[in-house]
Amino acid sequence: MTVVLILLTTLGAAAALLSLALPTWAAQAVTVTSGVVCLGLSFVLVVPTSHAPVQAGFLRADAVSTVFLIATAFLYAAAAVYSIGYLRHHAGHGRYLQRFYLGLNAFGWSMLCAPLVDGLALLWVAIEITTVVSALLVAIDRTKSSAEAAWKYVLIASAGLGIGLFATIVLYYAGSQVYGTSYDLTLSQMIAAGHRLPVTPVRLAFVLAVLGYGTKVGLVPVHTWLPDAHSEAPTPISAMLSGSLLVVSFYAVLRYVQITSPTLGAGFDRTILIVFGVLSLLVAGLSLLRQRDVKRLLAYSSVEHMGILCLGVGFGAPIALAGVLLHVLAHAAAKGNAFFAAGVLLRKFGTKDIRQIRGGLDVLPWTGPLLLCAVLALSALPPFGIFRSEFQIVAGGLGDGKTTFAAILVVLVTVAFLGMAVSFTRVLFISAPRTPEAVVTRGEPSAWMVAPMVVGLIALVVLGVHPPDALTHLLSQGVIELGSGGS
Amino acid sequence: MRPPAPGVFDGTANTVAVLVLLIEFGMLRAALLRSQIRLYAAQSLVVSVLAGIVAAEQHVPELYVLAVLSFALKVVIVPWVVLRLVRQAHAEIAGSASLNVASAVLVSIVVAAFGFFAVGALHIQSTALPTTALAISVAIVLVAFVLMVLRNDVVSQAVGFFSLENGVSLASLVVAAGLPLILEVAFLFDLLVAVVVFAVLMRVHHDQRASLSTSDLTELRG
Repeated sequence: MTVVLILLTTLGAAAALLSLALPTWAAQAVTVTSGVVCLGLSFVLVVPTSHAPVQAGFLRADAVSTVFLIATAFLYAAAAVYSIGYLRHHAGHGRYLQRFYLGLNAFGWSMLCAPLVDGLALLWVAIEITTVVSALLVAIDRTKSSAEAAWKYVLIASAGLGIGLFATIVLYYAGSQVYGTSYDLTLSQMIAAGHRLPVTPVRLAFVLAVLGYGTKVGLVPVHTWLPDAHSEAPTPISAMLSGSLLVVSFYAVLRYVQITSPTLGAGFDRTILIVFGVLSLLVAGLSLLRQRDVKRLLAYSSVEHMGILCLGVGFGAPIALAGVLLHVLAHAAAKGNAFFAAGVLLRKFGTKDIRQIRGGLDVLPWTGPLLLCAVLALSALPPFGIFRSEFQIVAGGLGDGKTTFAAILVVLVTVAFLGMAVSFTRVLFISAPRTPEAVVTRGEPSAWMVAPMVVGLIALVVLGVHPPDALTHLLSQGVIELGSGGS
Repeated sequence: MRPPAPGVFDGTANTVAVLVLLIEFGMLRAALLRSQIRLYAAQSLVVSVLAGIVAAEQHVPELYVLAVLSFALKVVIVPWVVLRLVRQAHAEIAGSASLNVASAVLVSIVVAAFGFFAVGALHIQSTALPTTALAISVAIVLVAFVLMVLRNDVVSQAVGFFSLENGVSLASLVVAAGLPLILEVAFLFDLLVAVVVFAVLMRVHHDQRASLSTSDLTELRG
C-alpha cells in the first residue's frame, strides 16, 4: 500500500512538470493518464482503509481520507478529459495551454496530497498550495474580471488560511501539555490524545479552524470570494474548485471535529457547525433566486451544499455522518456535471448570461438532458446520489432530536431548488427566438466534453440506487473513525 | 496552580512581540508604499531575530536555520520583489486609504486591545511557554486585518497579508518552538510560493487596470 500512497502524492506533480516540457497533445495524454491512474489508485485504497488506516512515513490514509481522495481524483480525471474538448480553439496559443495543463495537474496534485498527509501542519501546507495554484488558474484568462476574481480570492482565502495556521499553532500549544514541547502534530497522535487536551485552547483552536478553513469551504459569511472565482475560472477549473477544493477544505474542518470533540464534548462543535450551516443555506438559497450568470448560480449552489455538509456534521448522528461522506462523493459528481454542462453552454452560446441562453434541449442533444439530470440531482431528487445522502442527513437530524434544524434544512433546500429550477427551465425548455442573426446550430461542440458527464451521471445513479458494498463498508468505517472519541 | 514568574526568555519574547505590534501600527501610518514595504522588512527582521533568540534560549539549534531562512525570505526577497513591482508601476507611490490615519489608528487600538484582552480573558496557562506573546500576536493579526480592510491598493493589501503572516510566525515561534524544522521550512516555502503568486497577480492586476488601486474592482457582485 505504501506504493499507492507515494504514487498518489507524486503522479500529479510529475504530470505537471511533464506537461511543461511536452507538446500539447502529449501534455493532454499525460494529464488524462495521471487523472485516471490517480482515480484507480484511490479505488485501490477503498478495501484496505475500510479495515484500518494505511500509514507510510508522513503519509496516511484512512476511510475518511479515501472518500475525499475519490471525490478529488474523479474530478481531476474528468476535468482532464473535458479540457481537451473545452480548449479546442485555444490550439494556436501554445503558451496558454502549457500553463493551463501545468496548473491543472498541480492543482489536482495538491488536492490529492491534502487528505493523504499525516499531520495538521502538513495539511495546512497542502491546502495553502491548493489556494495559490488555483488562484493562478482563476487569473489565467487575463481578463479584467478574472484578474479581479483572482485577487479577491487569493487575498480572502490566504487571510482565512492565516487564521487556519493560527488554529494549528493553538492546537499544537494544547497538545504540548500532553506530548511535551516538541512533537509532530500527526493525526493519529492528536486523535489519541483525546480528552487529555486542555479545554480552553482546544476550543479556541476549533473556532479558529472553522473560521479559517471555512473561508475556503465557502461558509457564509466568509464565502465572498467563491462566486467570483467560480464564475471567472476556466470551466474545468470551476468544476474542480467546486467539487474538490471546497470539500478538501471541509476535510480539514472534519479533522478538527474529530480531534476536538473528545475534549469539548459533542455539543460545542455541533452548535458552531449548525450555525454556519444554516447561515450558508439561507444566504445561498436566497442568492440562487436572483442569479443571471449560469456559473455564479452553480457557485451559490456549492455554498448551499457546503452548508448541508456542515449541518450533517452538526447533527452528528452516525447516519448523518454517513450521509455527509456520501454527499461529498455525490456532490462532486453532480456539481462536476453541472459545471461541465455550463461550459458547453458557454462554448455553444458564447455567454454565461441566463437571459441569453435559450432552447438548450433543442440545440444540445446530449448536454441538454445531462444538464437537466445534474440540476435535478443537485436539487436532491431521486434516483440520484444526493437524494440518498440528504435523506440520511435529514433522518439523522430527526432521529437526534434536532427536528427544527432538519426542517430548516428541508425548507431551504427547497428554496434553492426553486432558484435552480426557474433559471434552468428557461435555459433548457424555452425555445430560442427565431431571429436570423441568432441561429445556433444543433450539435455538441465536442465529444470530449460529453464523455465525462456521462460517467458522472452513471456514478450519480449508482450512488443513488445501490451503492457498491465496498463503498458502504468504507463509509461506515469512516463514521466509526469520526465518532471514535466523540458522542 | 500559580504561573511561574516571567523569566528572561518570557521578557525577551514579550518585548519583541510588542515591537512587532508597534511596527504594525507604523505600517498603518505609512502613506508611501515604499515606506510600508520597508517597515514590513523591519518587522520581519525583528521576527527573524526572535527566532535566533528562541534558538539560543530554548536550546533548539534547528531554529538557527529557520532564522536564516526567514531572514533571507522575508527581509530580502519579499520586500525586493514588491519594491520592484512598485518601481515598475510608476503610476502611484502613495497608497490610498478609506479612512484617515488618525481614525485608522484609533480603530486599530480598539481592535488590538480587544484581541489582547480577549485572549487574556481565556486564562490559557502553560508551565512551559509564555502566553502574553500569544495575546500580542492575536492583536498583531487583528491590526493586519484592519490594514488590509482600510487600504485600497494591491500593494498595501498584500503587505498587510504578509504582516499578518508575521504575526502568526511570532505566535508559532513563542508557542510552538518545538515544531519540527521540516514543518517550519514547509511554512516558509509556502510563503515563498504565496509571494510569487501575489506578485504575479499584482502584475496581472496592473496590466489590466494600469493602476494599483483596488477601488474599481466592482464588476463582480451579487
